[in-house]
Amino acid sequence: MRTICFYFQVHQPFRLKPYRFFDIGEDHHYWDDYLNRNVIRKVAQKCYLPMNSLLLELIQKYNGKFKVAFSLSGTFLDQMEAYAPEVLESFQKLVATGHVELLNETYTHALAALKSKEEFTSLVKKHQDRIKELFNGYTPKVFRNTELIYSDQIGAMVAELGYEAVLTEGAKHILGWKSPNYVYSNAIEPKLKVLLKNFLLSDDIAFRFSNKTWADYPLTTDKFINWINAIPKEEQVVNLFMDYETFGEHQWAETGIFEFMRYLPEAVLNHSSFTFSTPSEVAAAVPAVSKIHVPVPISWADEERDLTAWLGNDLQDEAFDRLYEMEKSVKQIDDPEIQRDWGYLQTSDHFYYMCTKFFSDGSVHEYFSPYDTPYDAFINYMNVLSDFMLRVKQKTEEMKP
Amino acid sequence: MKVLMFGWEFPPHISGGLGTACYGLVKGMNHHNQEVIFVVPKLWGDEEPLADFVNASAVTIDYREKRFKKFWKNLTYLEVSSFLVPYLGPEQFKKFTDYAIHDRTDVDESIFSNKFEFSGKYGKNLMEEVSRYALVAAQIARDKNNFDIIHAHDWLAFPAGIAAKEISGKPLVVHVHATEYDRSGETVNQPVYDIERAGMHAADHIVAVSQLTKNIIIRKYGIPASKVTVLHNAVLDASIIKSEYEKKVPEKIVTFLGRITFQKGPEYFVEAAKIVIDRDPNVRFVMAGNGDLLNRMIDRVAELRMATKFHFTGFLKGDDVDHMYAISDVYVMPSVSEPFGIAPLEAVRHNTPVIISKQSGVAEVLRNAIKVDFWDVDSMADAIFALLHYEGISKMFKELGSEELKKLKWEHVAAKLVTVYEKTLAERS
Repeated sequence: MRTICFYFQVHQPFRLKPYRFFDIGEDHHYWDDYLNRNVIRKVAQKCYLPMNSLLLELIQKYNGKFKVAFSLSGTFLDQMEAYAPEVLESFQKLVATGHVELLNETYTHALAALKSKEEFTSLVKKHQDRIKELFNGYTPKVFRNTELIYSDQIGAMVAELGYEAVLTEGAKHILGWKSPNYVYSNAIEPKLKVLLKNFLLSDDIAFRFSNKTWADYPLTTDKFINWINAIPKEEQVVNLFMDYETFGEHQWAETGIFEFMRYLPEAVLNHSSFTFSTPSEVAAAVPAVSKIHVPVPISWADEERDLTAWLGNDLQDEAFDRLYEMEKSVKQIDDPEIQRDWGYLQTSDHFYYMCTKFFSDGSVHEYFSPYDTPYDAFINYMNVLSDFMLRVKQKTEEMKP
Repeated sequence: MKVLMFGWEFPPHISGGLGTACYGLVKGMNHHNQEVIFVVPKLWGDEEPLADFVNASAVTIDYREKRFKKFWKNLTYLEVSSFLVPYLGPEQFKKFTDYAIHDRTDVDESIFSNKFEFSGKYGKNLMEEVSRYALVAAQIARDKNNFDIIHAHDWLAFPAGIAAKEISGKPLVVHVHATEYDRSGETVNQPVYDIERAGMHAADHIVAVSQLTKNIIIRKYGIPASKVTVLHNAVLDASIIKSEYEKKVPEKIVTFLGRITFQKGPEYFVEAAKIVIDRDPNVRFVMAGNGDLLNRMIDRVAELRMATKFHFTGFLKGDDVDHMYAISDVYVMPSVSEPFGIAPLEAVRHNTPVIISKQSGVAEVLRNAIKVDFWDVDSMADAIFALLHYEGISKMFKELGSEELKKLKWEHVAAKLVTVYEKTLAERS
């Protein structure tokens, strides 16, 4: 069996509103409802709605031979429900075809796996429940962690939660001479299969598609078929993992990205020996060739494929440590608003905005950040966090007998 | 007595402390029925009619006047692309640099015509405007011959003062609100320093805003002490401000409010904060303002792991400044070099006890404040801790501080200034 496995990440954070020092102790609403709504509405028009409708068309046309997987973060689900119910409906329709797989992640697209097993588990469960609720009892079998962050330890936690497989980056520095086009297994819990992103072919679509300075521009389905046909016969799985916003948002409709996707299934099915599979189908059908050792966490971000987009500079570490310092206190508090804010504050994007790696991948960071500088992002986040800390402290004191 | 005064800005259109000080001084002169002809590069029309205002932009230069030749020449020999920005707030600086970057046209030819519209700002053409201002001053000095003495505020107006003196033969007093050493530390901007020095040497007498500034004038500009008189600034309104702003956090608040630049010593505030926070978790520190050291301060606060207790507000304006003073329990001004520094007096008006560096001119007039060396972060931390915890001392400072403030009146400054004028005129004749 030779197969292509498409997985699309769909995530939107709850962005913070400009929150000033003077607001601390008084204003407990942290979220920029206007901006968040606008972003969802805009991306819905440019990407979610047209791409969902295209995928539905293709799935129906090829009668199940074309299939994809999604991971829809909880913060995305919440915002979709509030700001774009028609998008939610279109995802429900896709899942109802039976040829669209949903993956599990942490509810709020958090970095909790790096800090607290307890919090990680609780966020995963919450995401599971939410998917069940919105998608007619659906239960995901495959896990993908925030930003494809993965290590042997994280894999072991995922295995413990009962998942069959986990997705991560086919990072060069962990693969070495090995190919991402095989199924591997976790180094601690071999029963957990590890699917690795083929970042060359994925990024050809996600990043380079409209790049006119790229030697292979323009990317056509013919070219793409030639490339996958050139993959050695024994390599079985090509994992194409990317942000869903690639379609229509990062690559505008004018670039021809929708047309590319419209004709890709036909080309693959007729002119190559490849089929399409979802991650759980791959995990079930393809045996693991060996263990993959990832002692230090990797991710799918930036050239380094490490954690430095979110953690590592003083701003990020300070914010991250102060946040998780509160975990124990927050867990004691039975208050839906505290719990909601606690979750949303964990979203990785807040830390991403504080990244100071200007000289390598800074331009990508800037594109995704609502702030002018990482310093602005830090100040705003810390002001919010300071207020949140006061609320937690107050609630904790109220609970004392 | 009638004074021909050259300023650079006048309220309500000001971007620095210079305009406020000129306003106070003119108001004080008014109180003593002294006549002032006040010249500014650009008049907006909504200035309070305290003086006989002259709009330099509306003055027509007489091309035929031979005595102006020298000033024309100065204008021609200008360094065109000088990038001098004294006295700019960070917000203005950003606006200015953005403007300068996007608009790099060279000299505006109209500067050589007989009439020129000044921007009156601190822009890229500042040096040209300063020289042009001198030419206008010469014209005014020729046309108005009914004044007794000339008074020029800070280096921007010094060439104007010198020109007016040369044309009219009347004595010149220059007023030093800040020197290039305060603005830039030891790496002075040479053209600015040269103008300052020329102004001080051409002057018949010099007024300095503090003893600290007087010492700099003596040491760095080679002026004999006898030629310099210290006239401290005053406050326009010494009344206590009752604010309806209430603090929303349970902790005490210690505030730094000012430009976050080398001159203001923000790093010493950060280090002192760390010492205090380690001893007392019930304090929040606030750094309000903007400036080229802001990001470095944020980095340091994060590195010291105190960012949930140390906050940054960015640039505050209008009401927010009052709000900030009102909710502060202690105000700290750790300036490395501050000719005067009016901000602590604002804090006193809000009944907030203040800690000021010994390297600030205001320390000379405010007795009821704790004074520390700007670099002595341990003493600064001690002082902060004391004012937060020992009710007695902070109460005393609040009461006595506001009493002290009432004595700082511009009419007193103006009275002393008149004496300076009289002495200068007497020495002349």
